[in-house]
Amino acid sequence: MSDLLSGMSQAFWMLLTLDADLVEITLRSLRVTLTALVIASVVALPLGALLAVRRFRARRLTIAMLNALMGLPPVVVGLVVYVFLSRSGPLGVMGLLFTPTAMVIAQVIIIVPLIASIAHQALRELWSDYHDLLISLNTTQFQRVQALIWDGRRALLTAALAGFGRAIGEVGAIMVVGGNIDHHTRVLTTAIALETGKGDFALALGLGFVLIFMAIAVNLAIHVIGRTEREGRW
Amino acid sequence: MVSNLFPVVLSGATLRRGQKALIGPVDLTLQADGVTVVIGPNGAGKTSFLRMLHGIARLGAGSITWSCDPLEARQKQAFVFQHPVMMRRSVLGNLIYPLRLAKMARPKARALAIKAAQDIGLGDALDRPAPFLSGGERQKLALARALITKPDLLFLDEPCASLDGRATREIEEILTRAATAGTRLIMSTHDMGQARRLATETLFLLNGNIHEYGPASTFFERPKTAQACAFLKGDIVE
Repeated sequence: MSDLLSGMSQAFWMLLTLDADLVEITLRSLRVTLTALVIASVVALPLGALLAVRRFRARRLTIAMLNALMGLPPVVVGLVVYVFLSRSGPLGVMGLLFTPTAMVIAQVIIIVPLIASIAHQALRELWSDYHDLLISLNTTQFQRVQALIWDGRRALLTAALAGFGRAIGEVGAIMVVGGNIDHHTRVLTTAIALETGKGDFALALGLGFVLIFMAIAVNLAIHVIGRTEREGRW
Repeated sequence: MVSNLFPVVLSGATLRRGQKALIGPVDLTLQADGVTVVIGPNGAGKTSFLRMLHGIARLGAGSITWSCDPLEARQKQAFVFQHPVMMRRSVLGNLIYPLRLAKMARPKARALAIKAAQDIGLGDALDRPAPFLSGGERQKLALARALITKPDLLFLDEPCASLDGRATREIEEILTRAATAGTRLIMSTHDMGQARRLATETLFLLNGNIHEYGPASTFFERPKTAQACAFLKGDIVE
């Protein structure tokens, strides 16, 4: 219990004094995860829309695969990315292992299926509403995807936030491919794992509270920007 | 203005769901003038017939031949559904959308959309989200959205179902205006009064087949078949 209390007070002090290490680690966490989120959304949202709009042979298989991959174990993703990026691996020449870029790659792989799957669920309903109208208006497949993404943007925000939540709290993959190198690839989650291992529970808890606080802050910020729950149901 | 879509020739046009034939085979030629009202009991295939003609339901057999290129034909048609599809956008956004699809520049599209909204009495609701409009307003908006690209042919599937008298009259005024301006109308309805008011020709459907087709006056005065006679009298036809 005293660990929890001192953790809270430490978190409070670190926030109040804007502890340099904490700020650096937090910003890196945000940068890595937001970059991964943007890349993953660019891939996954149109994919989700396309799965709703288009009937192709491997469609059901793709959807089933995406749903299954939502539970992809991050450590395994980290391992596979590691193997690809390591010196002897196929992409070794790029020298990306133990860099923030490697961490972004791993996170993108982890959250694309999640975002695409949730996006597909949301847009499937919208498509059943729009189906007749958009076909009657002679739209191309691209225009249909465009309309679904734009008109379903609030539902898609939820999909993106789910992706953000999974990426920001993820530790297994980025530990493996990032290496938790101080001032280089250390982020909140890997720092927490390290401090816990070292037995410094107060600092670990402090970092943990910062992480939770940040996740809530980002979610709130996106809701405010997106004006969800203000302009009606959608 | 006579459209180059017509005459349209249906030969052996059939619509199937599984093995069951929903519509047809239908052999029919539609000319360029007038208002065709499709009537018939529930399940006769009115909606399916309109969808088939418009091309959003795929033909099982036979053909529908427009007098112009099929793609051009599709672009000159519009459809108003029984349950109007409101895009999750503002009233203005809904009206602009078809114009933007037709590659009209945004300012011009906006000006046209504002005028169209004013014409249907939604001039002060431009920024209201369309899904929150009342039933009558939605139907008017759907109609305005369909007419905004000035289609040569407009399909309407029971445009006034579940609307009250005033909303029905407003819709009918818009339809009459469109018909006078040269838009060919093909609509289904359950409302015989409406059919009499609007129709220049009637198409009586029964069990997916055209039972009787001809000028409205003849049909309403002297129906040729016993079933049509019974239907007009208000008897239940099966």
